[in-house]
Amino acid sequence: MAEAHPVGFQWVMEAKRRGAKVFHVDPRFTRTSAVADTYLPIRAGTDIALLGGVVRYILDNELDFREYVLAYTNAATIVSEQFADTEDGDGLFSGYDPHTDSYVQTSWQYAGHEQDSGSGHTAKERDGAAGLQHESHGAQVSGQTARDETLQHPRCVYQILRRHFARYTPEMVERVCGIPREKFLELARAWAENSGRERTGALVYSVGWTQHSVGVQYIRTGAIIQLLLGNMGRPGGGILALRGHASIQGSTDIPTLFNLLPGYLPMPHHADHPTFDDWVDSIRHPGQKGFWGNARAYAASLLKAYWGDAATPENDFCYDHLPRMTGDHGTYQQVLNMIDGKIKGYFLLGQNPAVGSAHGRAQRLGMANLDWLVVRDLFMIESATFWKNGPEVATGEIVPQECRTEVFFLPAASHVEKEGTFTQTQRLLQWREKAVEPPGDARSELWFFYHLGRRLREKLAGSAHRRDRALLDLAWDYPTHGPLAEPSAEAVLREINGYDVSTGRPLASFAEAKDDGSTAVGCWIYSGVYADGVNQAARRRSRHEQDWVAAEWGWAWPANRRTLYNRASADPQGRPWSERKKYVWWDPQAGEWTGYDVPDFERTKPPTYRPPQGASGPAALAGDDPFVMQGDGKGWLYAPSGVLDGPLPTHYEPAESPMRNPLYGQQANPTRKVYAHPVNSVNPSPPQEHSAVFPYVFTVSRLTEHHTAGAMSRTVSPLAELQPEMFVEVSPELAAEAGLTHLGWAHLISGRAVIEAKVLVTDRLTPLRVDGRVIHQLWLPYHFGYEGLVTGDSANDLFGITLDPNVLIQESKVGTCDILPGRRPTGPPLRDLVDDYRRRAGIVPGERPPTVTTRVRRPAGRSGDGPREKGADHA
Amino acid sequence: MPDGNSLYGPLDPAPDAGWTSAGPRMGFFTDTSVCIGCKACEVACKEWNAVPESGFDLLGMSYDNTGALTANSWRHVAFVEQPVPAGHRSAPFAGTPPDGPSGVGPQFLGMPGAQPPGRGTGAAERTDFRWLMMSDVCKHCTHAACLDVCPTGSLFRTEFGTVVVQEDICNGCGYCISACPYGVIDQRKGDGRAWKCTLCYDRLGAGMTPACAQACPTESIQYGPLDELRDRAAQRVTALHDRGVPEARLYGHDPTDGVGGDGAFFLLLDEPEVYGLPPDPVVTTRDLPRMWRRAGLAALVMTAAAVAAFVGGSS
Ligand code: SF4
Ligand code: SF4
Repeated sequence: MAEAHPVGFQWVMEAKRRGAKVFHVDPRFTRTSAVADTYLPIRAGTDIALLGGVVRYILDNELDFREYVLAYTNAATIVSEQFADTEDGDGLFSGYDPHTDSYVQTSWQYAGHEQDSGSGHTAKERDGAAGLQHESHGAQVSGQTARDETLQHPRCVYQILRRHFARYTPEMVERVCGIPREKFLELARAWAENSGRERTGALVYSVGWTQHSVGVQYIRTGAIIQLLLGNMGRPGGGILALRGHASIQGSTDIPTLFNLLPGYLPMPHHADHPTFDDWVDSIRHPGQKGFWGNARAYAASLLKAYWGDAATPENDFCYDHLPRMTGDHGTYQQVLNMIDGKIKGYFLLGQNPAVGSAHGRAQRLGMANLDWLVVRDLFMIESATFWKNGPEVATGEIVPQECRTEVFFLPAASHVEKEGTFTQTQRLLQWREKAVEPPGDARSELWFFYHLGRRLREKLAGSAHRRDRALLDLAWDYPTHGPLAEPSAEAVLREINGYDVSTGRPLASFAEAKDDGSTAVGCWIYSGVYADGVNQAARRRSRHEQDWVAAEWGWAWPANRRTLYNRASADPQGRPWSERKKYVWWDPQAGEWTGYDVPDFERTKPPTYRPPQGASGPAALAGDDPFVMQGDGKGWLYAPSGVLDGPLPTHYEPAESPMRNPLYGQQANPTRKVYAHPVNSVNPSPPQEHSAVFPYVFTVSRLTEHHTAGAMSRTVSPLAELQPEMFVEVSPELAAEAGLTHLGWAHLISGRAVIEAKVLVTDRLTPLRVDGRVIHQLWLPYHFGYEGLVTGDSANDLFGITLDPNVLIQESKVGTCDILPGRRPTGPPLRDLVDDYRRRAGIVPGERPPTVTTRVRRPAGRSGDGPREKGADHA
Repeated sequence: MPDGNSLYGPLDPAPDAGWTSAGPRMGFFTDTSVCIGCKACEVACKEWNAVPESGFDLLGMSYDNTGALTANSWRHVAFVEQPVPAGHRSAPFAGTPPDGPSGVGPQFLGMPGAQPPGRGTGAAERTDFRWLMMSDVCKHCTHAACLDVCPTGSLFRTEFGTVVVQEDICNGCGYCISACPYGVIDQRKGDGRAWKCTLCYDRLGAGMTPACAQACPTESIQYGPLDELRDRAAQRVTALHDRGVPEARLYGHDPTDGVGGDGAFFLLLDEPEVYGLPPDPVVTTRDLPRMWRRAGLAALVMTAAAVAAFVGGSS
């Protein structure tokens, strides 16, 4: 965190100053480790084993916050008798369908709910990265669930959790992660001791946690711990994702993703959602519990914001204008489609995939096979010059004179040269003013898209083609100002907030959204940010002039609520758990919820409220169900649906690992997304042969001195000079073993690429003793590329493409490689070297590694008896 | 002949330099125990003061690619990797190999090639480890030798008690460079003039915090009246000692040291040498009075007049 988020890290230092103990878990000793109280070196890609060990430690020693766990989580809920755990399936849960490498989730459901809850086959959900929808709400549950308040029932979640993690002992943590057991116990003890009635603990993670083939389950494991310890919905608790750069939270809320619309409304699928009603019902699930019952109003108001007057209840608010998904349109599928000539044009905005994405060579070859490419960036980045300066030019794979891609480079305004909001990890929107005019031809994103749309509409004006209606019917009338006709960002914010169509009055909250066309709302969860016609995100009241919740600084979604699920900060009877951790509570005199924050609960629903039989929507949630966006109002220790690779996190080895999985026969995530394309390959891992060809584990991350793919740092001398060259960090032991010398050259080889780097031999890296073997790990910064003031080979070139099944994020924080002293070959011999390694490793490009590697028969359960679907057209 | 204290011993330098209505002496307390090595201070300094680049060289000195305080680097963050225990913290690499055979290759026999500072030499020493970071800067000495020897009056004592070079007066003679006991002030190549931290004289004049301190996310660099900073630093040392960090100590805070105390002083976690700081800096002009006494009368009068002109000519 000190390394990648130094500004946020000031608060960790502040906490430390006040006596907090800081633990840091990282494959390499970083600037964070330098100031942490305890540093735990870990083998990259084994975090579930570590966190699973913490879960076991809590359960075994009964250190969970029992009253909280019983009342607010699904610990007591009974699970279907069809469910079989990974303990029985050697690493596979029940319901695994080997034909699509995905699960049928029926057997995972709560007892008696096997046929509902959005269960069924998940291959299509994987293609649509459907897990992303659950950023704002859980999957659905209908009716009442069977519970055992004594937590003794063998199929209650609590007991299932105990059995599932029983083998995640301190010894196992040491064996899998390479973390000495005393250190592990120090961590587990401190975490548990600092949670409970009087204390809370926060879990902070960064991108290094997500970019794994099991990334979502890493965070799930963290969530289980935080729920068991009562750290959710309470001040000082929670799970905080530090995003890769400013407003990544904003870019999922109002998404730059193929599968989502604003406010986590799913992008409709062409086959599943032919009509507006089909689409809306798939979101709100009529008859289900919880707050998604109002989805129709959010959806109708969004379409009304898009198509204005043209959107009417009669034409389903122009639902037919909305694009449809046909399958996986994720960024990696698109790159493969470019290579295959299926995509002709591409916009790149603030992204540099030639350096920043996994498998750089595939990225560059893909972009070199387009008709046109638009790159908007602050600097001339690698993704704009790959056709003349990329490494494939040296190897002869791209010939500049013949490269067919026409690249349009458009200079972009930086964040200080345009106005708008940033949304940070706490969901806080902060308005920023423009400080200076953008230089030369540089323009804001808003300017670019508004005027692009305007010009396209002018060109198409009068068209009789039906296909042009979507564009021509758009409400595209933003006020502009200044000599460049800059659109008003505040006008956009007002539309995002939503307004009454007849009066223009900005809505006060999403509760005012209607499904009859009388309201237009650009992003329902942001509704309220422009309440009373005031830009609430621009509020800057000092923390010294308000209480510590600081509700008048910026604006947080939803409804300016700073802590989600804060009903959990009070006990089931509505009283604060402790004076020290008082936050939101029930005021019996006034008959309402009150406190420092905006209560995340129906204001007047008393703690004693119990839903009547047959209730649905919010009325079906009891007065002590704090997790109001979950179908059953409970925090999910066990996820019967919503997570595609298992109801509980399970340690799988990374897709590339030198180790056999010490816990299960199943080596890697059995549902991981694999692309069998000739450009892609995966280095062999046990039980496959030849994994020793790539004996070392490598991981990549950031240096404080550089930013992401380097476009904003390698181009400016005060930053570039601070880390002026590509390097690789190795331990003294690995240096001796591989014959590397400090500041000498080395080259690293994977099944995809060879890159070179200067060697830094440092005690900050250590070999780890793992399962009786010594594993060497090496570390690379991923900032370097071939443009800018300082250049170097790109670490991400080493990675292949393997994705997490839930959100289609790539595994680009761990892989295997070999390292040799000296510089890499240049020109065609470079590819020869890769080919040689592939031959020795038995890699056939485009061939999938074996998915199922269990040593026992798969459990009976209801494996694969759903309708059989093809996982993806390229599978 | 100037008062002996003008060249040695405790003193409030701004009034001594002739400022009649100087405010409290301002300075820096750099607490290296909270430095995270982000180098924001280096970057902020370069940006604010338009300091040119200092070269794209990978130095292999841990994460330090700046190397030293130079004409083109007025803040310098040193990184020291050491195989020694750090305060009350648990040993980072305890229990990890090597305590047996390391992999399949040959046993490690000391690091090949150059030996970066602070590196352990063998497997047995790899249990304990710490990584020190320290943002170094011009010390703005009470008795600043650079200023004493500057023949043009380019170097002067400000009303804040800081020491500043005026680039439009500096003639590049370079006397100050050999005079500085810390090796801070430096000649810029191709320009010939001497450059160093101004303690952001322009910002101070406008009532602002120096750029480096403003940028520091952890308040490792604290700016303020020197008296207050000294109190705060003493409390911090006590607090660290209480928390089991006995190695915490101050450097440059003592008005009776060889330079009369620094305007920019530090909390360190090891001996000054480890960070590349002189253990016992002495103002290089300290012996001037003694030399004068021994010199002939005529010479004494001439020298004293000249020195008085230099030292006192700044107001
Ligand atoms: S005080 Fe100003 S000139 Fe001196 S190091 Fe800090 S930023 Fe640079
Ligand atoms: S002194 Fe402050 S700004 Fe400079 S490196 Fe240390 S923490 Fe960063």
